[in-house]
Amino acid sequence: MTDPAMMQRFETLVLPHMNSAFNVARWLTHNDHDAEDVVQQAYLRAFRFFGGFRGDDPRAWLLSIVRNTFYTWYRQNTAHAGDTAVFEEDLHSLQTSAPGRDDSPEALLDRSQSRQRVHSALQSLPLEFREVLVLRELEELSYKEIAAVVGIPMGTVMSRLGRGRQQLAALLAPTDKEA
Amino acid sequence: MDHEQALDLLPGYIDQELGLSEALEFERHLADCALCQQALAQQQQVSAQLRQADLRVNAPANLAARVKAALPGRRPLRQQLNERFGRWAGGAALTWAPVGALVLGLLALTWSAGLYLSVPSRQARLTQEVVDSHIRSLQFNHLSDVVSTNEHTVKPWFDGKLNFAPPVVDLAAQGYPLVGGRLDYLNGRSVAVLVYHYKLHPINLYVWPGKDAGTTPPHIYEHQGYHLAHWSAAGMDYWAISDAGEAELHGFITDLLVYSGS
Repeated sequence: MTDPAMMQRFETLVLPHMNSAFNVARWLTHNDHDAEDVVQQAYLRAFRFFGGFRGDDPRAWLLSIVRNTFYTWYRQNTAHAGDTAVFEEDLHSLQTSAPGRDDSPEALLDRSQSRQRVHSALQSLPLEFREVLVLRELEELSYKEIAAVVGIPMGTVMSRLGRGRQQLAALLAPTDKEA
Repeated sequence: MDHEQALDLLPGYIDQELGLSEALEFERHLADCALCQQALAQQQQVSAQLRQADLRVNAPANLAARVKAALPGRRPLRQQLNERFGRWAGGAALTWAPVGALVLGLLALTWSAGLYLSVPSRQARLTQEVVDSHIRSLQFNHLSDVVSTNEHTVKPWFDGKLNFAPPVVDLAAQGYPLVGGRLDYLNGRSVAVLVYHYKLHPINLYVWPGKDAGTTPPHIYEHQGYHLAHWSAAGMDYWAISDAGEAELHGFITDLLVYSGS
C-alpha cells in the first residue's frame, strides 16, 4: 500500500539528494553504470524503510543506505570485477570545468591536468579512506554524519581522514616538484 | 598534550571538529612542534586540492525519472486512475454522481465504524509509540540533546523547554549511569527523556506529568524485542524502555524508585 502523503514526503525529503547519492556511489563503484544501479536500488530500499525514518538528516540517512547497497553489490561483484580498468572511462567525464575563473587555454590545460592528478589519486585510495574523504571533502558532511553513514566512531572518522590525506599527499607530492 | 595525541587530533583541527579546549591544547603543542606544523600544512593542502578539483559528479539527467518509475505502487496506480477517470470524465460521469456520493458516504460510514472498533487500547498505542521513539533515538546519534553524566547539568537543561521539571537522578553507583537527556514528542505532548546506560544498553526513560501510567512496582513486558515498563509516581508518568534484559530493567526501575524517593 502506498500512502500518497508518505510518497510526497519521500519526494520532498529524499529524492532531492540524488546528486549526493550518485556522487558517493560513483566514487565507490568507479563507474557511471554501476553507480546508477546502486543509486536506484538504494532509493528502493530507502522507500521501503522510509516509514521508520524520523530523523532530521535525510541526506545522511540516504547516504548510509547508498553505502550499504554499494557494499552488498561490491561483495557480490568483487569475484569477477576488480578495482581496475576504469581510468580510461573516467577521463571523459573530466572535461567539464567549473565556471568563472581564468579560462585561457593554458589555464584550462593546467587546471584540468592538476584535476586529473587529484582525481586519479583519490580514485586509487583504498575504499575505507576514499569513502570518508568523499563524504568529508566533496559532500561536506560533519564527523557526526560521517560516523553515522559509515557506522564507525567519530574518532575513527578522524583517524581515517588523517591517514587518507597523508596517503593522498604522498601520491600527489612527486609530480608537484616536476611541475 | 604529547606529540602522538596531537597528530591524532590534527584532522579534527583542520575540519574544525575539535572542542574549544582540545583546539587550544592542540595549538599550544603546534606552536613548538615543527613536525606537526609540517603535517598540518600538508594535510591542509590536500584538503584544499580536493575541494578545488571540483570532483563532484552529478547524477545523469535521466536517473531521477528512472528511480521514480521504479518506486513501488506509484506509476501503476496513477495510470489506472487516469485510465478509468479519463474515460469517464467525458459524458456519463455527471448523471452517476449522486449514486457515487451515496456509495462513498456508505463506505465512509462503515470505514469509520471499523476504525472505531479497531482503535487499539491506549496502552498498546503508547507502547508502539515508545518503541518507535526508542528505535528512532538510536539512529544517527539522536539519543541525547544534552550530553552529561551530571544530574545538575541535565535537570536545568530542561528548564524553559518544558512546562514541568522532570526528576533527575544519577544511578552511576548502581550501574546505571545517566548519560544525557533530550526532548521528545509522545502521547500528544512534549516529554522529557532521560538517557541511562546499562553497560552498552541504552535505557530511555520518558517522563511527563500525570498519574495514569500504573502502579509501582511496574510490570515489565516485551514488545518487538524491547523490554518496557510504565508506572506513575509523585505526579509523573514514567515509561522506560531498553534492549537490556528484563532483570536489568527491573534493577534499574527499583533503584530509580529508591533514589528518586530520597
